[in-house]
Parts: sequence; structure tokens; C-alpha cells
Amino acid sequence: MKSKKPLFPYILWMALFVVIPLGMVVYYSFTDESGSFTLSNFRFISQNFSTILDSLETAVVSTAVCLVLAYPLSLIMMNLSVKRQRMMNILIMLPMWMNFILRICSWQIILENNGILNQIFGILGFGPYQMLNTTGAVVVGTVYNFLPFMVLPIYSVMSKISKPVLEASRDLGCNYFQMLRRVIFPLSIPGVISGITMVFVPAASTFIISRRLGNYNLIGDTIEQYYVGTAPDMHAGSILSLVLMIVILISMAIMNHFDDAEDVVIM
Amino acid sequence: MKKLFSAILIFTLIMSLVACSADGADTDADKEFAGQTLVVCNWGEYISDGEDGYMDVVAEFEKRTGATVEYVTADTNESLYAKLKSGAADYDVIFPSDYLVEKLIKEDMLAKIDFDNIPNMKNIMSDFLNPDYDPTGEYSVPYFWGTVGIIYNSDMVDGEITSWDDMWSDNYPNQILMFDNPRDAFAIALNKLGYSMNSTNEDEWRKAAEELKKQKFVYVMDDFFQKMPTGNAAIGVYYAGDYLAVAEENEALEFVRPESGTNIFNDAMCIPKTASNKRLAEAFINFMLEPDVGLANTEYLGYSTPNKAVYDLLDDEIKNDEISYPSEQPENWEHFRLLPDNINELMQQLWTEIKSENK
Repeated sequence: MKSKKPLFPYILWMALFVVIPLGMVVYYSFTDESGSFTLSNFRFISQNFSTILDSLETAVVSTAVCLVLAYPLSLIMMNLSVKRQRMMNILIMLPMWMNFILRICSWQIILENNGILNQIFGILGFGPYQMLNTTGAVVVGTVYNFLPFMVLPIYSVMSKISKPVLEASRDLGCNYFQMLRRVIFPLSIPGVISGITMVFVPAASTFIISRRLGNYNLIGDTIEQYYVGTAPDMHAGSILSLVLMIVILISMAIMNHFDDAEDVVIM
Repeated sequence: MKKLFSAILIFTLIMSLVACSADGADTDADKEFAGQTLVVCNWGEYISDGEDGYMDVVAEFEKRTGATVEYVTADTNESLYAKLKSGAADYDVIFPSDYLVEKLIKEDMLAKIDFDNIPNMKNIMSDFLNPDYDPTGEYSVPYFWGTVGIIYNSDMVDGEITSWDDMWSDNYPNQILMFDNPRDAFAIALNKLGYSMNSTNEDEWRKAAEELKKQKFVYVMDDFFQKMPTGNAAIGVYYAGDYLAVAEENEALEFVRPESGTNIFNDAMCIPKTASNKRLAEAFINFMLEPDVGLANTEYLGYSTPNKAVYDLLDDEIKNDEISYPSEQPENWEHFRLLPDNINELMQQLWTEIKSENK
């Protein structure tokens, strides 16, 4: 009894802001304008199927780029002094203190045809390049926005690897790369997995970034457009949200399967 | 010593706060709408806000009535409709365009306006009373009207732009701006193909969608004000009133209405059925029709006013300006009418496709 009490606000919170909205999404997915049951909303999935694939592709590419950037950064960070590590942590989190949309709009100004980057290129004597309104710009924006979510879990797992373990591997004749491959990498897998989850899931469903930097809609924009935007239809928005949720759950399940397999290999 | 100093400081602070509130109460308490709140939902950059020495209209209304105005903006008619339909928004005054007024009347979402509370209705030109979208004239008060045209940067464009075809040019990649809302964007493609902007033929809408997909447009609404004067775009399509605003910032910008026709629109002030303070909303609409307020809005925005009392106050130069007050309105300038449901759904579906494929 005693232990249940503190849980109550949490359960209430979950009910109000997770269970009920989820129930409403399911309800709208399977009803029509008049409120009666229908499966016809599934037509919105086939209509938007290629957009869902595009979103997943962007999310996969962005997650991969984040991983490639974040892993070496975490390695560098774990070898710094405690004071410097703290400093790096603050630097990584600093951009997140500013509003997300403001940061994306800033990228728009940086990448514009007459933007800051092209002006610098002009002074140096080359360019201008079309950077805004390309798929590359969308990946840049997505990576920029979600990179901290990749760095922090990997770094925090790495910083917990005990130094004697690393020293032992060196004593037993590992060079740096062998130590990296056989000791640090396996021990950092949980951080990598949670980093991938924390980047991939929001990246697949994010909106605004593609519209602002790419001038096209990914599935997050389409859903937003159905709910409050230029093509109002709650039922379409709901079924797409539901399908996106299921697709993400399946990808996560596959991800976790790899996690288990990895454990077996190490053993 | 330190303690004494902080005590004095705190005392001064409290006194100044008391003074402030007393001051406020003094002037506001006896006004008709003191303490009441009005929620206004307008389009972005669609009211004189005190910039460039013009009247801050919202602040002036608060001063005259004692009410507090919560001022929010919507992007497009479609998103305004979505907000109203979801029931999440409780606006007292909205500024829908003609075809949305028609839709809202049809769906019984507008309150009948009590014109006894709007004596300034007498200022509205008779041409604008009982318009097609509100034939009984019970639900709406005209705010502004205008036309759509091509705005282009003569420094960046070779030769003259004359027709919608020029917007499909290959010479300006990533520099051609298109409306980021389906109704306005489709209207241009439909007119380009020689169809009516109010077509009820599904095939014509599909062909218009194909037409829009042929060009990789930069889809914008309020971003237009950032992209056009700074030379980040060469050609754009927008409202005539806004041309005057951007032309002040960049003299190279030109405006043209294609020969093949264009859209002529009316934006109106309406009160949703869900409004929580209808009496105050009517006071606001009446206030917006005051000659001095209307003049501030008209001069600041550059849109065309349906208000005779305001029009009479304008400089002759503006009165005779062909862009704002064209001397004739050709047959092929079309008003948007309410589309049947099947066309609306098709338009939304095609629009989603266009926006997703614009890579």
C-alpha cells in the first residue's frame, strides 16, 4: 500500500496524456465523419505510403550520420579530464536550451540562396550552391537536432567503463584498436542501442525540418497537415499516426533483436 | 546599513507596483468592457501594429474599451477551419476569406451579427453588401479585398513576366515561390490550363495537380515577406496588397496580373458560434470600421478597402493606383466559391501528394 501512493500522480499523468490520446487516435482511425465504424481510412496509408518510406529513409540516414559523429566524439570525451568532460557536456546540450523551431529557421537563413554560407563562399570566390530545399539540408537539420541524443547515452555508458578493465586489456597485449574492438565496443553497445532508439524514433516522426529546409513534406508534416494544416482530416491524421507508431515499434523490435544477438556473440 | 538599504528598496518597489495598479484601475474601471477579454484570430501581417508610425490598432481598441485582446494568427483558411472544427479554439472574431465564410455558414458555425451594435456598417460601399458568399449579409462584415498576381524581381529576371507560364520556367531553380495552401495554388494551375478556379470536374483538378508537380516550387506563405525582397526568390505569386509592402523594401520588384485571369478575393470579419463574448466581438468589428482605424490598416497593409469613409481619406495617388484599385474588373477575375465535398477531398489528397513529391 505504502509503495503505491507515490505512483498515483504518475499513473494519472500516463492516463491523461498517453492512454486517452492514444485511445482517441485509435477511435478516429476507424471511424468516419459521422462517427460510425469504417476501414476506409486505410486508403490514406496507400496514398501516403511513399512518404512513409521517405521518412524512414531520412531517419535511417540521419541516425547513421549521428552514430558516425557521436561515437568518436564519445571516445574523445571519455579520455578528457573530468572538468573538460563537464564542459563538453554543457556544449553539447547548450543548443537544446533554445527553441527547436527557432534553430531550424536559423538553418534556413544559413542555407538560403543568398544566405550566410553562400555569402562566405562568394567572398572566397566560389559558389553559390543550392543548399536549401534539398534532401541534404533535411539530413543536416535532423542530425543537428538529434545529435545530442546520440552522444549522451554513448558517452555516459563509455564513461562508466572502469579504467582497470582497459588497463588490463593493454597489459594482456592489446593495441589501441584491439582494445577498442574487443573491450570498449562491446561494452558500449547498450549506449549505442539507446542512442539509435532516441534518434531514430523522433527522426522518423519529426516535422517542420523537412518542410522548412527541404520544402517538401515527410510523414510528420503530412500528419500535421491533416490535423491542423491545409488539408484538415482528423481521421486521416489518426490512421497515419497509428501506422507510423506500429512501424516504429517493429523497427525497434528488430533493433532489440540485434542487441540480444550481440550478447550471444560476445559470450 | 545594508538592511536599511534593502528595506527602502523593497518599499519603493511595492509602492511603484501599487501606483501602477492604481493608475490602471483609475482609467479602465469605468469603461464599458473593462476586465473582459476578446480573442481575435487574424492572418499574419494583416493589421496595423504600430510599426512605421501607424496606429497600433489592437492597443488602441484596448485603450478605448478597457478590454484585453488576445491576438493570435492563423496561416491559411484551411488551418483556421481545422482549428474551429476541432473545437480547440475559442475565437471571438475571425477573418475568413469568401469561400470559407460560405463553408462556415453552410455548416452553421457562424453567429448572426447584430448590426445594431455595428453602426459603422454604413461606411461599407454598397457593392460589398450582401456578397455572393453571404447573400443575406447577416454573418460577415467585409474587411479587405484584393487580387492575386505575379511579383518578380526585375534584377534577377530577364525580360518581362506576363503569364502564369513564366512560373514554370526552368531558369530560376529554387527561386520561384508558390502559395503554401491548396486553394490558391490549384487556382493558378487551373487558370493556366484554361479551367475555372471553381471547377467541379475531377479530371481538371488531377491535371492541375500534374501541372503543379511539373515545377519544383518553393511553397511559402508568410515567408514570402522574407524571401522576396532579399533576392532569395526571383518570381513569386502573392496578394496585390502585399506587393506594395515588399516593393517598398526592394524597388526592383514588379507586379503583374496575367491576362488569362486571376483570383479576386474578399476577406471578412465574422463571429464564430462558439464565441464567448459576442457583444465585445461586435464592438471590435465596429471599431475596425472606424475611419481612422480603417485608414491606419489600409495605409499600413496596402490591401484594398471596401470602406467608403476610409477610401475617401486616401491620397489620390493610392485611389488611382491600378494595383490596389483597378479601374475595371475583367470577367476572368474569379471569386472562389465553396467546392463540393468530393472535390474538397480530392484537392486535399492531391495536395498531400504534391507536397510529399516536391523533392
